[in-house]
Amino acid sequence: MSDKARDGAFDDWLDSVEDGEGYYVECENGHGWLPPRRVCPDCGSRELSETPLPDAGEVATYTEVSVATPQFSADTPYVTAIVDYGPVRVTGLLRGVDPDEVEVGMPVGVGVGERETTGDRAVVFRPR
Amino acid sequence: MSHPRVTGVGLTDFGEHSERTGRDLFAEAGLAALDDSGVDPGDVEALFYGNFMGELAEHQGHQAPLMAEAVGLDVPATRYEAACASSGAAVREAVRHLRSGEADVILVGGSERMTNIGTAGATDALSIAADDLYEIRAGMTFPGAYALMARAYFREFGGAREDLAHVAVKNHDHALPNEHAQLRKEISVEDALEAPMVADPLGLYDACPITDGASAAVLTSAEYAAEHDLDATVAVTGTGQGGDNLALHDRENLARSPAAAKAADEAYEDAGLGPADVDIAEVHDCFTIAEVLAIESLGLYDPGEGIAAAREGETHATGETPVNLSGGLKAKGHPVGATGVAQVVSLARVLEGDSAWADDVGDARVGVAHNAGGTVASATVHVLEVVE
Repeated sequence: MSDKARDGAFDDWLDSVEDGEGYYVECENGHGWLPPRRVCPDCGSRELSETPLPDAGEVATYTEVSVATPQFSADTPYVTAIVDYGPVRVTGLLRGVDPDEVEVGMPVGVGVGERETTGDRAVVFRPR
Repeated sequence: MSHPRVTGVGLTDFGEHSERTGRDLFAEAGLAALDDSGVDPGDVEALFYGNFMGELAEHQGHQAPLMAEAVGLDVPATRYEAACASSGAAVREAVRHLRSGEADVILVGGSERMTNIGTAGATDALSIAADDLYEIRAGMTFPGAYALMARAYFREFGGAREDLAHVAVKNHDHALPNEHAQLRKEISVEDALEAPMVADPLGLYDACPITDGASAAVLTSAEYAAEHDLDATVAVTGTGQGGDNLALHDRENLARSPAAAKAADEAYEDAGLGPADVDIAEVHDCFTIAEVLAIESLGLYDPGEGIAAAREGETHATGETPVNLSGGLKAKGHPVGATGVAQVVSLARVLEGDSAWADDVGDARVGVAHNAGGTVASATVHVLEVVE
């Protein structure tokens, strides 16, 4: 990836999650989104401010992926989950728990980990 | 307002044609549609063409003029891309052009070449319908995305893998007499439940296959069809399209597809009818759970009720509202860019009385086509009716 330009706002956001200072952007009406955002798709507000991600979220849904893209071949099988952090949800890899023991509602924290296949960074949830 | 007529349809066989080029696939379907319509090819005014992954599968962008050329037409040609709803979007644009009087004869179609890049390549190409930054990099695949929705659905409404297996069994049964279908074999609920997992709770038999194929239809204004005495008993009387956030995690509800509901409401209002009037439907069952979401979005079932429809036999050819008589994406196959038009082709044939299931659906007069892109961030719905 070294020969590629950074995906600015996304990589900045990953940096913040990696540093334990994850955030989301929120409009004055309480709608939460992941960056970059210039306008809230729900209400059209352009007054967006960075708000800290809560310490723990809850697994909203998940799947154990057995057939993956080439970029995840060595990671397979892995669990992809959507986690609810209140006004915002985040998709990431769920690690540190047996796939059979994952439950909807399970509390997880968010960080950044390495993908086995490519070495690229990814959002990684771990049980709290 | 006069409704555009479906005057000719054409399909390639759906399946593995790994060594056939996209242009050859589309030429076959396009020429079949032109021949079927009886329209003078010189009268065709435009090609509206759907394709999703041509750049990745064939290293070929700018496909629309290539495809116009392939069917021998020197007309303006535009490609529509809305992931798996690409040719549904093309149909919608054609209908609107014909209604407005902009044109009298439009060739609409789509094609996709997929098997030449293998399962991993096709999985990769399909995945880019999702949000690259926030979904693909988190391991989201096309089946994975629908698995996330399936689990959310089970949690909100109940239901189980066995209910989904019945959807697969039904669509395989429907495909048996369809000479264009990719998977013409009977399966049992046990077969489906025992199939290897792709992304749990979805297994191999919950998923549509990877498919090469092309579809085409000649749509004309009602006036043109009358002037030229064309056999055109089926019209597109309603069109609708809806959109949603691209990333699944940004949706209000992970077990609904409101883009399709918006598209359906618009199409029904356009046609001046409602879900109770629908005799048959072709819906976007890329995965078994997708059929459940589709029939709920179309208003054929209330949210949470669609899961039992196949198990109860209600959506079988012999049931009250047959869904996916063609075999659906599940058994007919899903050459992504061809699917939206293929649904229209399938409906038109049934409404014209040309169906292996004619004994069960011979009196069908109203059909709906539901075509969805990604995790339904794009959806088109069309209403077809027998008008003569």
